[in-house]
Amino acid sequence: MDFLIFKAPMLMVQASLDGILLGILFALIAYGMALQWGVMNIINIAQGDLVILGGYIAYTMYLAGIHPAWGVIVSPIIMYFVGWALYKLVINKVVDRDLFISILATFGIAIVFQQLMNFIFGADVVVAQSEYGTTMLFDNSVTLPNSKIFSAFISVLYAIGLVIYMKKSKLGRAIRATAQNARAAKILGVDTEKVYAATFGINAALCGIAGALISITLTLHPYVGLPYTVRSFMIVIVAGLGNLPAVAVSGMGLGLFEEFADYILGTEFRIGAVFMLLVLILVYRRFKLSKKREYLK
Amino acid sequence: MNKIAKLFVTFISAITLALVSFSSSFAKVEGEYIVLGSAISLTGKYSSNGVHTQNGYNMAVERINKMGGVEVQGKKYKFEIIYYDDESNPKRAAQLAERLIKQDGVHYMLGPYSSGLTKAIAPVTEKYKIPMVEANGASRSLFTKGYKYLFAVLSPANQYLEVAIDLAVEKNGGKGVKIAQAFEQDAFSQDVRLGILDAAKRTGSEIIIDDKLPKELNDMAATLAKVKATKPDVLVVSGHTKGALTAIRQISEMKVDVPMLAMTHCDAAKLSKQHGKKSEFALCASQWHKNLSYKDKFFGSGKKYAKDFQKEFGYDPPYQSAESSAALLVFKDAFERANSFDRDAVRDALVDTEMQTFYGNIKFGPGGQNVAKPMILFQVRCKGDDCENRVVAPTKWASDKFYHPIPKWSERS
Repeated sequence: MDFLIFKAPMLMVQASLDGILLGILFALIAYGMALQWGVMNIINIAQGDLVILGGYIAYTMYLAGIHPAWGVIVSPIIMYFVGWALYKLVINKVVDRDLFISILATFGIAIVFQQLMNFIFGADVVVAQSEYGTTMLFDNSVTLPNSKIFSAFISVLYAIGLVIYMKKSKLGRAIRATAQNARAAKILGVDTEKVYAATFGINAALCGIAGALISITLTLHPYVGLPYTVRSFMIVIVAGLGNLPAVAVSGMGLGLFEEFADYILGTEFRIGAVFMLLVLILVYRRFKLSKKREYLK
Repeated sequence: MNKIAKLFVTFISAITLALVSFSSSFAKVEGEYIVLGSAISLTGKYSSNGVHTQNGYNMAVERINKMGGVEVQGKKYKFEIIYYDDESNPKRAAQLAERLIKQDGVHYMLGPYSSGLTKAIAPVTEKYKIPMVEANGASRSLFTKGYKYLFAVLSPANQYLEVAIDLAVEKNGGKGVKIAQAFEQDAFSQDVRLGILDAAKRTGSEIIIDDKLPKELNDMAATLAKVKATKPDVLVVSGHTKGALTAIRQISEMKVDVPMLAMTHCDAAKLSKQHGKKSEFALCASQWHKNLSYKDKFFGSGKKYAKDFQKEFGYDPPYQSAESSAALLVFKDAFERANSFDRDAVRDALVDTEMQTFYGNIKFGPGGQNVAKPMILFQVRCKGDDCENRVVAPTKWASDKFYHPIPKWSERS
């Protein structure tokens, strides 16, 4: 059973495509995290909960009879303001403290969000239907839900848009300047407070898009945010901060690795294998770092 | 109703909590009230089923009190329940059980929602020798620990889908079948899995895929791709509501053709409503269905119960509510037979329980599980876009014939 995947080559294609499509979606969430981490040095534990909230916005639209795919436009707009408000209310009080305080603060936000979503939307698992159908390849032996293809496409679209925005726009340049050196940016006239609020808003908007996509591809529940936080954390750790291509590659790589781990090691070791990989990467990084230090001595 | 009602319930329980903590002298029987205690999930991830459980309890308390209450030594008593919110957290549940027993002086407990929380509370009630009748913990491991004060009105988890395998074998002309299964890695689902392993052994069936899904996973694409490649006769999935919804979504999207699909938690997931026609032909295990022909003098029949429940709470009762109501009937019966408030006398009376309720027959096995009630299976069937759950097994209550095999996706409209 273990090596079914080597007996059926089509499974290999299926696994690869599934992994890549899912990985792209995770990369989008991770990019928001990397951005915010790089600019503000905040690790946002509430990342996954922002994703789920974004998903519930799309789900609410679906209940109201609007196609949930429109969520990828509506949800980020609403979520931008949610992120902005969160910054003004909580984050700007902790942004100059150490990393630990910010982790605690966002952890608190995560709990509040979960409970709020539980009150508003109920504790049932819900799904929104896109009715996009299925793409069948190779004589029906590889099947890809169109909703997943749509998700990956939208994720890529937004990611490219964001890269261009960060390069060309005034705010984008200000964000990058602040990430490089906040003090210098401030002296040169960048309103860092505004930059921070915008960064938090952009991150929440990215989460909103991802959430809307998750509502049509996977399932929503007030308490499933944490796995998304953990995944994006891992992707960022692997890719490093402020490096979008690396985030995309690391997202897809992780998706692929997960799918193949599922076939080869078994489903129960799927998440474990990912964590194992994370440990190996951290050890390797540390190893490289310590070598560098020796050299400096 | 739900949101406002939930807020209200939480608010009320907060007040109760505040009031109760002032008067720590609550005893087992206060004046004309028999006080029962329960830690229940009013917030957190089990809160919807927690509320179903609480509604079931409350409905039975009200009904029993209205119909004369409990008669012990010639005097009439009424039931009253002290609730605490366990936040869906096992540690909290155990603390609250301790608090109910030690501070509030509760001598009889009702169970919480879910196997995990029942497992957390059972050692506490056992330590203080407090009889607990529970209605929402089905995990087999609850009944193998030798607990003497734990009684469950529901069938244990390993029985959930055994019937489905028997059905598959029957359709295969009595020969063993090829089974593909995917179970979440939690106590309940793994117990369901053990039941399937037993059934497979008994019927000479072969398990060709045996995936254990991590709890944080909500993607089954890999498992389903394996199913497509190996073509089993039956696919069995159990992973609470998330598992049921994910399975149907991805089976329909990936066009996975299996002759038979058996699951748990279809009704809790509102499968037929959320996925509509895509969920048609799925077989689902359930503890109870309102069409069963059991009767008692408090609620009448299942149908009557469903009607009254609908009137009181505004929604059709899920089996979690029905079994919770049944727990109170069991307590009433035991108090009256014991004719005493002595905990051990009540416990001994519970051991000898043999009764019928609208929910089913109840008789406790040596481990405390209910051995008198079979599980039932229903199948989602649709007329146009209207889908509902129809009972197909056991044959005694079947309202519809079991539809087999499931048509291929290419033939489904």
